Amino acid sequence: MASLNPRHEEALFYLLAAIGGLVTAVGFAAALYMEHSGHVVTGMNNQIVWGLPHVFAIFLIVAASGVLNVASMGSVFGRVLYKPRAPLSGLLAIAMLSGGLFVIMLDLGRADRLIVAATHFNPTSVFGWNVILYPVFYGIVAVYLWSMMERRMNPYTKAAGLATFIWRIVLTTGTGSIFAFLVARQAYGSALLAPMFIIMSFCWGLAVFLVVQSTMYAWNGLTLPALVLQRMKNLLATFIAAVLYFTIVLHLVNAYFAKNMAFEYFILFDSEFASMFWVGQILIGTLLPLALLFNPGTATKALWVNVAALLVISGAYFQLYVFIIGGQAFPLDIFPGYDVKSSFMDAAVDHYSASLPEILLAFGGLGIAFTMTTIGVRILHFLPQDDIAELEAAGSVTD
Amino acid sequence: MSTPDNNPRRKFIAAAGASVAGLGFTAIAPGLHLMAVGEAKAATEARKAGSAASSIVRWGLLIDANKCAPGCTKCIDACHTENGVTEKLPDPRQNSQWIRKIELTDRRNGKKTELPMMCQHCAEPPCVDVCPTGASMKRADGIVLVDRHTCIGCRYCMMACPYKARSFVHAPLTEQNPEVPRGQGCVESCTLCVHRVDKGQTPACVESCPTGAMTFGDLNDPASDIAKRIASVPTTQVRSDLRLNQAVRYQGI
Repeated sequence: MASLNPRHEEALFYLLAAIGGLVTAVGFAAALYMEHSGHVVTGMNNQIVWGLPHVFAIFLIVAASGVLNVASMGSVFGRVLYKPRAPLSGLLAIAMLSGGLFVIMLDLGRADRLIVAATHFNPTSVFGWNVILYPVFYGIVAVYLWSMMERRMNPYTKAAGLATFIWRIVLTTGTGSIFAFLVARQAYGSALLAPMFIIMSFCWGLAVFLVVQSTMYAWNGLTLPALVLQRMKNLLATFIAAVLYFTIVLHLVNAYFAKNMAFEYFILFDSEFASMFWVGQILIGTLLPLALLFNPGTATKALWVNVAALLVISGAYFQLYVFIIGGQAFPLDIFPGYDVKSSFMDAAVDHYSASLPEILLAFGGLGIAFTMTTIGVRILHFLPQDDIAELEAAGSVTD
Repeated sequence: MSTPDNNPRRKFIAAAGASVAGLGFTAIAPGLHLMAVGEAKAATEARKAGSAASSIVRWGLLIDANKCAPGCTKCIDACHTENGVTEKLPDPRQNSQWIRKIELTDRRNGKKTELPMMCQHCAEPPCVDVCPTGASMKRADGIVLVDRHTCIGCRYCMMACPYKARSFVHAPLTEQNPEVPRGQGCVESCTLCVHRVDKGQTPACVESCPTGAMTFGDLNDPASDIAKRIASVPTTQVRSDLRLNQAVRYQGI
C-alpha cells in the first residue's frame, strides 16, 4: 500500500484535527445553550430523564475501559502480540474517557457545580464512586503510559499494567452498577449488569481499537500482518459471542419473572425499541459481524474485519439506546394489579426524540475523543510495530 | 427492627462505597453529616429557630382514598400555589409535578379509586442512597429534601425513585415563593411543606382537602391522630415489597 505524500499527509492531519475541534466546539456551544435555556430545549423530560447524551457518554466510558484490554493482554497476561499495542490502547482509553465525561458533565442540570461534585461525596452513591474512579483511572493510565514510554520506567510496566487492569475492571463495574443498583425500574436492578458491562467494554473497546489501528496502518501505507489480524478478529468474535450470551441470559431471567413479563414483551416485541433490539443490536451488532469474522471469504481481509468492528460499534449504540431510553420509556409499575391513569404519564409508555442541541452535545464527546486521538498518534510514536520473528518465537501466532 | 440510621443494607453500601473510595484516596469527606440528628424533645408545634430537627419525630401523611373525591384537584392546586410551581411548558412532561392525582381501577373487580401521589418520604429513600453529592437528604424528622445548593442536576435520584415523585426544573423560573427556593437545573419534589411544618402548620395539601381525606402528624407519637388511625385501620405503603418504609400511607387501596 502506498503511503500519503508527506505534504498531503500534513494537510490531512490538520484537516482532521480541525474537524474534530469543530465538532467539539459545536458540542460545547450546544451545552452552553442547554445550560442557558434549561433542558426544555432537549427531548428529555421527567419520565425519560437520561437521553441521547447518556447513550454516547456511556458508550465512550465503557469502550474507554475496554480498549485498555489490549494493553492488559500484553502487560498482564504476557501476550507478545499485544505488547506493541499497549501505548495506543492507553491513549485511546484516555481520549474516549475524556469524550464520555465531557458529555455527561455538560449534560448536568448544573454543570457549573462540578466543584460541588468533587468536594461532596456520598459513599452510598454509585455515581459518587464513579467521581473517584474516573480521575484515578486517568492517573493510573498516565503512569502506565509513562512506564512504557520512558526507558528507566520500563521495569514498572508490568506493575502499572496490573494496576490499570484491576482499576478498569472496578471502573466498568461502577458503570454497570449505575443501573444495577436501581430498585425502581424493571429494566435495571440486576447484578448481572456489572459483569455484562465489563464484557461489553471488552467487545466495544477492541472494535474501536481495530478501527483506529487499521486507519493508522493505512495512513502509513502499511498492512496489518495477517496473523495479527487473525488473532485480533478471533478475540473480537469471542467478545461478541460473550455479549450475546449475557444479553440472552439477562432477558431470559427477566422474562421468567411474572412481574417483568410486560416489560420484556414491550422491549422485545411491542415498541419502537423492539426493531432496534432485533435489527440494530442483534442483526447489525452481533450476527453480521460474527458472520464476517467467521466466513473464510471475509475473515482474512482487513477491510471486512474493519467492517465487522464498525458494525459492532453501531450495534453498541443500538444496545445502549434500547437499554437506557427503552428502560425509561416503559412506565413504572407503582400499583401492580391496577389500571392507572394520571397527568404524569403513569402507566403510559413515553416517547423520546433527541433534539438538535443534545445530538450536537453527544457528538461533541466523539469530537473530543477523535481530536485527542488524532493529535496523540501524530505527536507520539504509537503505531504498533510487530516483530513477526518474536511473535513466532513466543508461540503467539497460532492458537 | 432496623431504624433508618442502623439499617444493615445502608451500612453495607456505605462500607462498600468507602472501600472503593479508600482505594483512591486516603481521606473521605462523608456527605451524610447533612443528616444532623438532634436530641430535641418531640415537637408537634413550631420548631425553634436554630434548633435541629428531631429524630424523635417522624412526620407522615395518611391518605384515605375512600374520601378522595373524583376529579378534585384542590390538593394539587394548593401545593403548586404554596410552592410556586406554576410554570407551564409546551411539553407537559417537562413540567414539575410535586403532587399528582392518580386514578386506579382494580383489574379484579373494576373498583375505581383516586388518590394523590407525591414523595413518599421513605425511611430508606433510594434517592438519598444514589445522590452523588448528598444533596438528596433525609432530615432527622423523616422529611426527604433536596439541597438546592448542592444538587448538580444529574437526575440519578429520578431514575432511582420508585414513585416518580421527583421533577427536574427544565426552564428558568420566575416569581418564586421566597420560602420555597427552587432552581433551574435542579431536581425537586414534595417537601411535605417543611417551611410550614417548621412553623407548626400542616402541609398545604392537607389544609386544602375539602373532604378531610388527608391526615398529617407525627407517626412516632402514639397519641397523635395519625398514629391512632394507623393503629386502628388497615393502611398500605405503596410498593411495600421494596421495604422502603414510607411516611405516606394510604387507606382504602
